[in-house]
Amino acid sequence: EGILAITKALLQSGVAYVGGYQGAPISHLMDVLADAKDVLQDLGVHFESSASEATAAATLSASVMYPIRGAVTWKSTAGTNVAADALSNLSSGGVTGGALIVIGEDYGEGSSIMQERTHAFAMKSQIWLMDPRPNLPTLVRMVEEGFELSEATSTPVMLEVRIRTCHVHGSFVAKNNKKPSFTLREALEKPVRDVNRIVLPPASYMQEKDKHERRWPAAIEFIKAHRLNETFGPEHGDVGVVMLGGMYNSTMRALQYLGLADAYGESAVPLYVLNVAYPLVEDEIAAFCLGKRAVLMVEEGAPDFIERDLNTILRRRDLQTKVSGKDVLPMGGEYTAPVLMKGLREFFATHARELLGNEPPRPDAAAVLADPRVKALSTVVPPRPPGFCIGCPERPIFAAMKLVEQELGPHHVSADIGCHLFSILPPFNIGSTTMGYGLGPASASAFNVPSGKRSISVMGDGGFWHNGLASSIGNAVFNKHDGVTLIVDNFYSAATGGQDIPSSRALNRRRKTNNSIVDAVRGIGATWVRQIDRTYDVTKMRDTLRAALTAKESGPKIIVASSECMLNKQRRTRPLFAKSVRAGERAVREKFGVDSDICTGDHACIRLSGCPSLSVKHTDDPLKDDPIAAIDENCVGCGNCGEVAEAAALCPSFYRATIIHNPSIWDRWIETARLAVIGWFEKRRNAGRVAFASDPA
Amino acid sequence: MSDGDFGRTGILGSPRISVAIVAMGGQGGGVLADWVVALAEREGWAAQSTSVPGVAQRTGATIYYIEMAPAKKDAQPVFALMPAPGDVDVVLAAELMEAGRSMMRGLVTPERTTLIASTHRAFAVVEKQTPGDGVADPGAVSIAADFAAKRVIAFDLEALAKSNGSVISAAMFGALAGAAVLPFDRAAFESAVRAGGTGVESSLRAFAAAFDQVQQRPIEPIRRFPEKRFVSPPDSTGHPELDGLVARIRSFPAEAQPWLFAGVRRLVDYLDPAYALEYLDRVGMLSDADRRNGGEAKGFAFTCAAAKYLAVAMAYDDVARVADLKIRESRRARVRREVDAGAETIVATTEYFHPRAEELCGSLPKAWGEWIENRPDVFKRLDWLVNRGRRIRTDTVTGYLTLAFVASLGRRRRNSLRHAREAAHREAWLAGALAALERRYDLGVEVLACRRLVKGYSDTHARGLSKFDRVMSAVPALSGREDGAVWLDRLKRAALADEAGTALDGVLKTVATL
Repeated sequence: EGILAITKALLQSGVAYVGGYQGAPISHLMDVLADAKDVLQDLGVHFESSASEATAAATLSASVMYPIRGAVTWKSTAGTNVAADALSNLSSGGVTGGALIVIGEDYGEGSSIMQERTHAFAMKSQIWLMDPRPNLPTLVRMVEEGFELSEATSTPVMLEVRIRTCHVHGSFVAKNNKKPSFTLREALEKPVRDVNRIVLPPASYMQEKDKHERRWPAAIEFIKAHRLNETFGPEHGDVGVVMLGGMYNSTMRALQYLGLADAYGESAVPLYVLNVAYPLVEDEIAAFCLGKRAVLMVEEGAPDFIERDLNTILRRRDLQTKVSGKDVLPMGGEYTAPVLMKGLREFFATHARELLGNEPPRPDAAAVLADPRVKALSTVVPPRPPGFCIGCPERPIFAAMKLVEQELGPHHVSADIGCHLFSILPPFNIGSTTMGYGLGPASASAFNVPSGKRSISVMGDGGFWHNGLASSIGNAVFNKHDGVTLIVDNFYSAATGGQDIPSSRALNRRRKTNNSIVDAVRGIGATWVRQIDRTYDVTKMRDTLRAALTAKESGPKIIVASSECMLNKQRRTRPLFAKSVRAGERAVREKFGVDSDICTGDHACIRLSGCPSLSVKHTDDPLKDDPIAAIDENCVGCGNCGEVAEAAALCPSFYRATIIHNPSIWDRWIETARLAVIGWFEKRRNAGRVAFASDPA
Repeated sequence: MSDGDFGRTGILGSPRISVAIVAMGGQGGGVLADWVVALAEREGWAAQSTSVPGVAQRTGATIYYIEMAPAKKDAQPVFALMPAPGDVDVVLAAELMEAGRSMMRGLVTPERTTLIASTHRAFAVVEKQTPGDGVADPGAVSIAADFAAKRVIAFDLEALAKSNGSVISAAMFGALAGAAVLPFDRAAFESAVRAGGTGVESSLRAFAAAFDQVQQRPIEPIRRFPEKRFVSPPDSTGHPELDGLVARIRSFPAEAQPWLFAGVRRLVDYLDPAYALEYLDRVGMLSDADRRNGGEAKGFAFTCAAAKYLAVAMAYDDVARVADLKIRESRRARVRREVDAGAETIVATTEYFHPRAEELCGSLPKAWGEWIENRPDVFKRLDWLVNRGRRIRTDTVTGYLTLAFVASLGRRRRNSLRHAREAAHREAWLAGALAALERRYDLGVEVLACRRLVKGYSDTHARGLSKFDRVMSAVPALSGREDGAVWLDRLKRAALADEAGTALDGVLKTVATL
């Protein structure tokens, strides 16, 4: 995977410390390093999962005074927003050792955040931004060059990789890992300081000057000398294409569709590929544009920063080359091959018609998509957004919320970032806004006025430790916010792949876990605090929520709902269970079922669950029109179905089966006894029953 | 251009082969993608796979995309990171509606694409949550596939994988090999699986089974519902009362007899033969009316509907019925089967009940029940006593006996308050149906069919009743119209569309303006 190649590249660049905050698409980088602690120990590399992106960015200050290489990573732009404060300080003071920030640009299909460009941060803080071609050798090379560039210019460097790039499979020639030449220990034992590195007048003004007068030209020199940007295709041409490295593969595909490139990267059009998106090397650009009628700028997302720079550069040098870009390409949205093909075609049609020749057939599904038989699908194929996993402990929480809603009417619900945000989708449809990680309760701050209804805000344990404790809970306590806060505690940073956080229950040798969220909120001054240790207890969950919404006491009402993330629990317990069954030990599993002859097919249970394993099936019973509920073999017996049926007084068609593998002598004995007695009564009942042979007793 | 001579000619004479795997999170699409890449690389091709796993977890729809091209010493192929409409050679769909989604995305085109789809369904929440039948029509997908794909391979890969103790990814890999759309032979596929490591034997079994089915039955017809199972009445039951019932059924129009026997079976099982006879008498009256109103020409649709829905109405769900069904001897084996409890295991079953004062009063003799209901304070106190969730272990003697007792109360149903209410509601409904029948035959049939709205327990049941009443309220207005039955059917479907009844309100408004 691309992200693993980057991880390896860090180690072979002699990095001394790595930090970061997990999140798609870069979680894997952290997970691998977390698992590779032995390798890291041998190399003397310090790794830590930072409390937030701000922490991660601040960690880079180890490279300010000392020739130490460090790298941090996070998901952008969400994470870069959080890190911005530290980044500004870091880039102003400048670095001595190479400081690399691996940015997971979460843009386009599959993204889970707002669609923005990290580019703006690079420009405003003057951090160099690399956007390498998405193939493994280039990624690895850019990591290595990135550190060099950072050191040559005393400037931190961002390495931007997009979602698919992180998960792209490929190969590269690996080198040996390098021990850091200067260690953190040496730094601690021989500390150095330089007041000019600190952002305070007059130093801050000197730093600004240094940025423009020394660091910038140095960067330009380095990028030129090391040929970080690449050119492909013929030396000369009437038109050319300038693109960000990340756009290379899709652009090549688009050119291939237009008959202007082959499958192996041979291009009939001059291409200038910016593996460094910022700063631009004016000479290279000018050289590329010289003698060309027009160039097309391919940069994804808004605003069109580079296209504007191109124009400025050409004006300054009075070059008449036309610059095309967002005029033929969309301002927003992912630049897929079809999108690029359309834009490129328009560009060539306008500026170099002859290149298009007789236009070979292009892949085109328009006719298929226009056909009524395919169009009809849009009314048939159901949307399938991600949702709560089978047995998710958050499901009963929102089931309980829905039950309270039925009693007390709808409330304003401020949601947060995390799996629990799936509550906004059917069947729960709960949640009005999300303002950022750990900001659920904070985003309810204004709703602190006398009112018939209180606001409810939801926050996960991940968001809580990320900054919710101060920004949300602290704020609510301090301002006596009279709302209800629900903290969903599932023992992991679950949405990002199940990493440990301070309140994780697992024992982690290298971290201090098991820090109670309840203690934390009490410590910060909250008084109305309730802990629920089993979220699957829907009745208790509902009653506690009702109590919080109706309590006389003013000030924040905080409910901490705790149960282990089922995805991670299953990963943890499944193998153990299978093992003990094989070993012949007594092992118990639970599974739910539905009595099809009792279910009437109203699906009220599903409207309070949405569990993937609770589905429907059509029956062969001629007297039943509607499909009835059914539970498939993936049920993990979490208990939500039964609890909900109980709490909402639904129907009694659910049953819980407790299956005892390798039962003990005692189990067998009591089972035999029970069967004997019950069997006797069954015979009596059946004797008294009149029935057709086709209907078993 | 450097390269003119390409081995295999895909679009634009490119040697590239592109494979898209459309699946839901947790279906092992990643494993399948790894197999395909491993396969291509072992055969000396360059290959690349990409995915967007962020949402792939947690059951969301997702795509894994693979491209491969013959490797060259001097040049590396440049692969795309996502499938482009009209440029996909193979689409592997791990679920039927995902196959539909891939066509909506334009990934399946007649010139290029072999569509290999599993015909099984994993229903989406929007399909499951509908109070009625929200299941999407699979027919639309197969119609689109026959048009959009160059070649279709479609059968239940999920079931096939399970029956071979494996998972769908292995079966899909087998189907891919069987389809012979990649320039690699079967052995190469299998060695890729072996190299994979885990669960090799079962994977290879599923692989082989899928491979073979592609040769023999590459397309299986998709059925939305199972056939309704009608049992034909036995000539002799060895029980005089039952024989009497069967004889009586034979006196009805042939079209209605299967329905009547289904109803009789239900009611004998529900209470006793006498109750079933009561049912036949009632249907008899309706059937006569049917005949008078020219039912013969209509295939006695009215009698059939009456036979069906009256049985459901008379076998109303109550606590006794539930208790009775929960302690059937046959249930023990069924539960073991449903939770696939292997031999040598012991299974305990826990039932979830939530009785309320309403149900208790309902089961009491009419007079007593009403006495309590007319005294709110008494009712409240009673409710405080009974209204809570109760879990009963049907595998224990005490639990069994508790439910056996509750079940036995069913015998005295006839004089219970609930029975009286059900009877009254039923008669009102049937009277309405008859009245409608006199005006317009089809409307009468539709009125009977509206009984479908009454289902569920406690609140759900109440909600059903109120929807039923609201739909019925439109009948008088509709009985004057030629298309009254059509509108009533529309109302019924609307009532089944959502819980709140929003859709129903809409149609009711429309009806009011007719």
